[in-house]
Amino acid sequence: MIVDARRAAEVAARSSYGRLLACLASRSRDIAVAEDALSEAFAAALATWPERGVPVSPEAWLLTAARRNLMHRARHQSVQLGAVGELLMRIDEGAETPDWATVDERLKLLFVCAHPAIDETIRTPLMLQTVLGLDAQRIASAFLVAPATMGQRLVRAKAKIKHAALRFDVPDLKEAPTRLDDVLRAVYVAYGSGWDDLAGGRGLAEEAIFLGRTLVSLLPQEPEAQGLLAMMLYCESRRDARRDDAGRFVPLPEQDPRRWSTAMIIEAEALLTAASQAGRFGRFQCEAAIQSVHAQRAITGRTHHAALRVLYDLLLAHAPTVGVAVGRAAALIEADALDDGARALDALDPESVLAYQPYWVVRARLAERRGELDTMRSALERALGLTEDPAVRRFLSDRLA
Amino acid sequence: MQYILLLNESPNELADRAHPERSKSYWGAWSAFIGAVSKAGILVNGDGLMGPETATTVRVRDGRRSVQDGPFADTKEVLGGYLVIEVPDLDAALEWAAKAPCVHGGSVEVRPVMPPMRAPNA
Repeated sequence: MIVDARRAAEVAARSSYGRLLACLASRSRDIAVAEDALSEAFAAALATWPERGVPVSPEAWLLTAARRNLMHRARHQSVQLGAVGELLMRIDEGAETPDWATVDERLKLLFVCAHPAIDETIRTPLMLQTVLGLDAQRIASAFLVAPATMGQRLVRAKAKIKHAALRFDVPDLKEAPTRLDDVLRAVYVAYGSGWDDLAGGRGLAEEAIFLGRTLVSLLPQEPEAQGLLAMMLYCESRRDARRDDAGRFVPLPEQDPRRWSTAMIIEAEALLTAASQAGRFGRFQCEAAIQSVHAQRAITGRTHHAALRVLYDLLLAHAPTVGVAVGRAAALIEADALDDGARALDALDPESVLAYQPYWVVRARLAERRGELDTMRSALERALGLTEDPAVRRFLSDRLA
Repeated sequence: MQYILLLNESPNELADRAHPERSKSYWGAWSAFIGAVSKAGILVNGDGLMGPETATTVRVRDGRRSVQDGPFADTKEVLGGYLVIEVPDLDAALEWAAKAPCVHGGSVEVRPVMPPMRAPNA
């Protein structure tokens, strides 16, 4: 019973954190206070659910509890500020149970985080923390920043949103196309983070896909939103195939396409086709197109390496990042263009790849294909030292042996 | 919410105020902008300021008053005036700020105005 209650609270925390926070913050504009009220509500749930049982709707329970906390704060503050009426009204307006099906409050929160009045470098971390509930520590490690620094910058950004009264709304994207780019990038990072965290369940990846779906339905004329959702669905279609029956990691070229989800691939194909009709190609459509080439193997039985090469060249032009460059090198190596692959890896700044696990995996693959076993071993060791996932660790150490 | 629009002008723009040919378009642009703000019903107050050459800066250090000619520092932009407007949020304030004539040669800094402080025993 206690275990059940704890689990229920955890599930609610994972699946509805962003929705609840967005609901609470969009009225008061005070993200920090909403976060506190919500974490108090979670603490209350952990204290009372084991005794009194898990409520029928955990989300509604948490929202009510958090609202009550906000109300207490407002009353307390009002003694100092003399603004009871207004504060209570702002909280009370939303007292009805939220309708998740209408415009998602989280989108408003995402767009306020991507506001041009917020420092550009903190936008994605802010979205990850507020909408997806990632803690500052985890965000800091993803962005290679000290946790304390990241924490301070997040606090500063939230204070700016509150004090300068930034608008919580989906902006006119014709006026502000870069705000959509920032939102898409945050969803992309969130998906990537959930993708790596296979052992930790699919919470974050599912959340990212849900946000992707919401973006597509809200902004049906934005091809890059469709491209991003398509990309995530292609990757997600392979989730089960990434582990064999014994729980071992299976790399993409060795996966059995019969274990891919056909339904997801079909949905992704339809999205990518719809996106291409807008005639505005972009980074996420390109990423989706690469995944689409991989998905074709389910039908043709082979990987079209030439197409991958063209798409990776395009992607590198759109998004010249280390991750893309390493992905491109991997594609070249799989296509037997070993010298081109080596050149692509050599061109990277050694500092930037020092702690980048995929780089060392691809280095090892290149050495293996060239028959340079010593080089392969040392690259595998570097990769192993940077890997947390136990299944991937086992996969790498099997190759070492 | 009240926001102050700090209207920073470039030295060239300031020189236009008294320029024999350009002063007309300079003042015309400002009166059009202020007219629009006023018609929108969001104007709280505002003023234009005389040029920086008329400024005097005062500070007290270690109990001693020092008075200095001119503004604090040499900058490429000079505070030429300000407007306080009442709008729902920063986005609306930025919309208005972008319409000020000085955004092309200078800039507009937008800041929320602190709410009036209540007397301690009120």
